[in-house]
Amino acid sequence: MRYLPLTDTDREAMLAKVGASSIDDLFADVPEEARLSGPIEGLPLHASEMAVERHMRRLSKKNLAAADAPFFLGAGAYRHHVPATVDHIIQRGEFLTAYTPYQPEIAQGTLQMLFEFQTQVARLYGCAVANASMYDGSTACWEAVAMAARVTRRKRVVLSGALHPHYAEVVRTMAKFTDDEIADALPSLQGTPDNDGLIARIDDETSCVVVQYPDILGRIPDLAAIADAAHARGALLIAVNTEPVALGAIRSPGELGADIVVGEGQAIGVGLQFGGPYLGLFAVRDAKHVRQMPGRLCGETVDAEGKRGFVLTLSTREQHIRREKATSNICTNSGLCALAFSVHMTLLGEKGLRQLAAWNHSLACKAADRLTQIPGVRLLNDNFFNEFTVTLGTDARRVVRKLADDGVLAGVSLGRLFPQAEALKDGLLVAVTETTTEEDIETLASALQEALA
Amino acid sequence: MARYYTDEHEWIDVEGDTATVGITDYAQGQLGDIVFVELPAVGTSVEKGKDAAVVESVKAASDVYAPIDGEVTETNDALDDDPALVNSSPEDGGWFFKLTIADTSQLEGLMDEAAYQSFVEGL
Repeated sequence: MRYLPLTDTDREAMLAKVGASSIDDLFADVPEEARLSGPIEGLPLHASEMAVERHMRRLSKKNLAAADAPFFLGAGAYRHHVPATVDHIIQRGEFLTAYTPYQPEIAQGTLQMLFEFQTQVARLYGCAVANASMYDGSTACWEAVAMAARVTRRKRVVLSGALHPHYAEVVRTMAKFTDDEIADALPSLQGTPDNDGLIARIDDETSCVVVQYPDILGRIPDLAAIADAAHARGALLIAVNTEPVALGAIRSPGELGADIVVGEGQAIGVGLQFGGPYLGLFAVRDAKHVRQMPGRLCGETVDAEGKRGFVLTLSTREQHIRREKATSNICTNSGLCALAFSVHMTLLGEKGLRQLAAWNHSLACKAADRLTQIPGVRLLNDNFFNEFTVTLGTDARRVVRKLADDGVLAGVSLGRLFPQAEALKDGLLVAVTETTTEEDIETLASALQEALA
Repeated sequence: MARYYTDEHEWIDVEGDTATVGITDYAQGQLGDIVFVELPAVGTSVEKGKDAAVVESVKAASDVYAPIDGEVTETNDALDDDPALVNSSPEDGGWFFKLTIADTSQLEGLMDEAAYQSFVEGL
């Protein structure tokens, strides 16, 4: 699209046409205190392209980019290698500029891609049906909670203490506008998640139990036991996964009895991208729940000549048709990120995903072994996939800061994730992926040893 | 048994203090192929003129309103597996729910078959 600026004459003609005397008059409906009264402070009215580039380059030099340092940050966003093919394919105009595929006659490419994506997510999660994606993992988590309330007609939501605190925060924020009651908790620093404690919090009013798998401390909870306990009380189990690569190594949540499985798909194909846009994944184990699902859903059908084709289906659940009675306020999806996920997943294949997962896990084991040789560093986890928690015997926030100043991005401190929990402040969450080298692990270990000495 | 109609295209059969509710042949024709019906739970109290059920066609979802006040005693489970019954047999096998009648005087404002026919012809 070309950018064609308007002339003053154009503006006057348009204002005259709608009967407004000025731009301010046009925006008279917007309260005056909400309107800008002049230029934005500190931002020049205009600058040349070269000057802007120079300025932005100067700003970007202040960053320490993930690729420029030993990098051990995870906590819901993971640095994986994204094959160059992914970027090439998603840049194709047919995908990049495609609009909502409501007209199957002209959108078969986009629709087939969504259908393949849904199939991959459903298989990865061990579920019957997946939707065409949501904004990100945390909003998918809320949508699952809202869906559980519709299915069970109950209002009490039990959040595991080891759910990502940002996900819990999104659920609490959205619940301000509903009458759901959110029962949350903090994680305890122990090697195995407190399943019995979580199960004891489920009662006959509980609509759902929300459990992260692997959890925020990197531990693998016993989903099957929680599923049985939830089902015995008539509640649903919602499993949240923030690292899809893990599902190449551990059993799928659907297989273990989770009713709704949601998560973040960023790790496959999308990249870190400064924190977004990301990719929400959403699936249900049993197809009987399909009508209560939020979001866009693509289905396979046949045309008038009996040829296979794809359409958006069950759209009456969505707000463009069902208005205020829709299952969700969302009737879109993260199309381009979903495509990136799907292309990367296709390149990996099932065998490739298993190999990638094994590689991640073995490097993480090497890192855990090496770090626990440092005096004062203790491994918390009884088990983990590619992310684990160590305790440092001192406030990890300080250590992370110091190491960052020395050019090592050591991980995410639990003090940063749970600022209100004094008991967790010694914890450091360390993520290791196939992008981590043994040299990176050694650099982290020596820097950590020095910082703790 | 007496049958009444509403201007929202519901029909209601009254037998003693129980009534059966569905949507009219005209309504199903307007909706087109029906793919899903959401019925109220047994035991729900419905209120005259308020939402009691939802009927979905391929391209739209419409509310079905209660013709009178009452408590739902039974729902048509056959519609779960075969919502198209509403198209093929709207005023018989495609019934939606049964209810106990709270106030028979509410029936007085409803149309009989002849009145409903002329109402539809005028649309």
